[in-house]
Amino acid sequence: MNVTQLSAFVTNKPGHLQKVLKVLADENINIITLTIAETMDFGILRMIVNDPDKGYKVLKEHNITSSITDVLALEIDDTPGSLYNALDVFAKLNLNIEYMYAFTEKREGKAVMIFRFEDIDSAKKALSDKGYNIVRKIDIIGENK
Amino acid sequence: MFNKEIESMPVDKMKELQLERLKWSIRHAYDNVPFYKKKFEAAGFHPDQFKSLDDMKRVPFLTKQDMRDNYPYGLFAVPLNKVVRVHASSGTTGNATVVGYTKNDVNVFAEVVARSLVSYGVSENDVVQIAYGYGLFTGGLGLHYGSEKLGALTVPMSGGNTPRQLMLMQDFGTTVFCSTPSYALNIADFIEKNMPDFKIESTKLRIGVFGAEPWTEEMRAEIEQRLKIDAYDIYGLSEVIGPGVSAECKEKNGLHVFEDHFYVEIIDPDTGEVLPEGEKGEIVYTSLTKEAFPGIRYRSRDITRLYHDGCSCGRTLVKMDKVTGRSDDMLIIRGVNVFPSQIESVLMGFEGTEPHYQIVVDRKGSMDDIEVMVEVNEKIFSDEIKVMNNLSKNIADRFRSSLGISAKITLVEPQTIPRSEGKAVRVVDKRKGEA
Repeated sequence: MNVTQLSAFVTNKPGHLQKVLKVLADENINIITLTIAETMDFGILRMIVNDPDKGYKVLKEHNITSSITDVLALEIDDTPGSLYNALDVFAKLNLNIEYMYAFTEKREGKAVMIFRFEDIDSAKKALSDKGYNIVRKIDIIGENK
Repeated sequence: MFNKEIESMPVDKMKELQLERLKWSIRHAYDNVPFYKKKFEAAGFHPDQFKSLDDMKRVPFLTKQDMRDNYPYGLFAVPLNKVVRVHASSGTTGNATVVGYTKNDVNVFAEVVARSLVSYGVSENDVVQIAYGYGLFTGGLGLHYGSEKLGALTVPMSGGNTPRQLMLMQDFGTTVFCSTPSYALNIADFIEKNMPDFKIESTKLRIGVFGAEPWTEEMRAEIEQRLKIDAYDIYGLSEVIGPGVSAECKEKNGLHVFEDHFYVEIIDPDTGEVLPEGEKGEIVYTSLTKEAFPGIRYRSRDITRLYHDGCSCGRTLVKMDKVTGRSDDMLIIRGVNVFPSQIESVLMGFEGTEPHYQIVVDRKGSMDDIEVMVEVNEKIFSDEIKVMNNLSKNIADRFRSSLGISAKITLVEPQTIPRSEGKAVRVVDKRKGEA
């Protein structure tokens, strides 16, 4: 099971990001990690949350343009060169990373990276072949969600 | 010609026919529509005084506002049980305007569209794909009835769904395609971007019939070159009948007005004075045969001129220039005439966008600056910046190629653009007052 990312379209002006966060807070949705890609006019907020389906639903109800996407969550050693080695797998197979970001906290002494691919299955297969540990949804958000 | 007798009638004979029909039409409006009776009386005009075409200048004008004030049936001149169809405008800036047709009116509408198609070289052997919207808008049903009247195989595809348009075009052997000109360009874009193997030359397409928005000669050249067709203008307005008020012929130089059904005058938009043939001004329409919804001296706000040039096609009908401007809602941006409807069509072409947009025109230094804000809905949203940037870029490119202006495209959150009565405020011109 892939990890699901919740994304939202946010105008690049004071108060707009806060509006999205308030909706999520009011619905008791916890953000596990996030990143923002920004342009002059707007930003795209990408989040791993404890309940992405509910998050998507409530953002939609509040007229916030959003989407959910499968992303690849990869556990790597928290040591110099680990990320380089992981990326080497993709480079050799000519798999383009659309974007990536990191978990804010270590998980059991390891770092977790989030990758967005056009072709997530090829990336997963390549990593599994190399013995990497792909983090599943269940590892992040638990059994019940 | 579909109706040779009428379309090649000597000019003097046409004037006689018009005078006779005008007398009937003015009388019909006066007798059956209280609004006209009141308006004529207030202007000190009575139908009995109407003796020659020169008397037209004494007849008061009808405006769009009059139509709105009489929403929905106030200007109908026959009982509702004689009305078989209505069409309506969108009502973006007020009440919708509703127009009605009797069985005869529907026939006249089909006849003028059939004449238009024949003047482009369409015949009963053609397969006519209609990509105008079917519904309250006159485009879809108007072209449909005209094409059937001509006896062509008519494909009622309606607007949108570009992949399906192209599939039908290929499978059904479409030879004639009818849509707005900007949609035609969007089809060309779509092929280029998504269907590299699709060869337009492999279809049987030969003629394009385009109308419902003002378009330029540059757009014609681009459409013809990219879709490998001959592109013709069909002009009309729902207040008069719909498409088929006038049509280009193979000369592609001016549109012949079907003046046995519509009497046309050019006036000075400021003074209301009738201008001599050949001069540019606002075109005013009077219906000559319409039963359900007579229009007497309707001020169209469209700017054009009228002339006879002994057209090589053999039609003696008066010609009007391609309409490229309206006197009210046109914007002039860096010397280029731009209409909100054109901007809308540019945006409509983007798959999945039924966008709320707003155009903000401002002046930075001595330069006009145009910004188009587009609300991002779920259909066009992506979590990838490059996809969003491409969207802006494609919209900007489309603006450049179809309107000839550079616009800054700003993507904004839903509900950002102020709405009045549920509709977005389309144009904000911040230059006003300083010009």
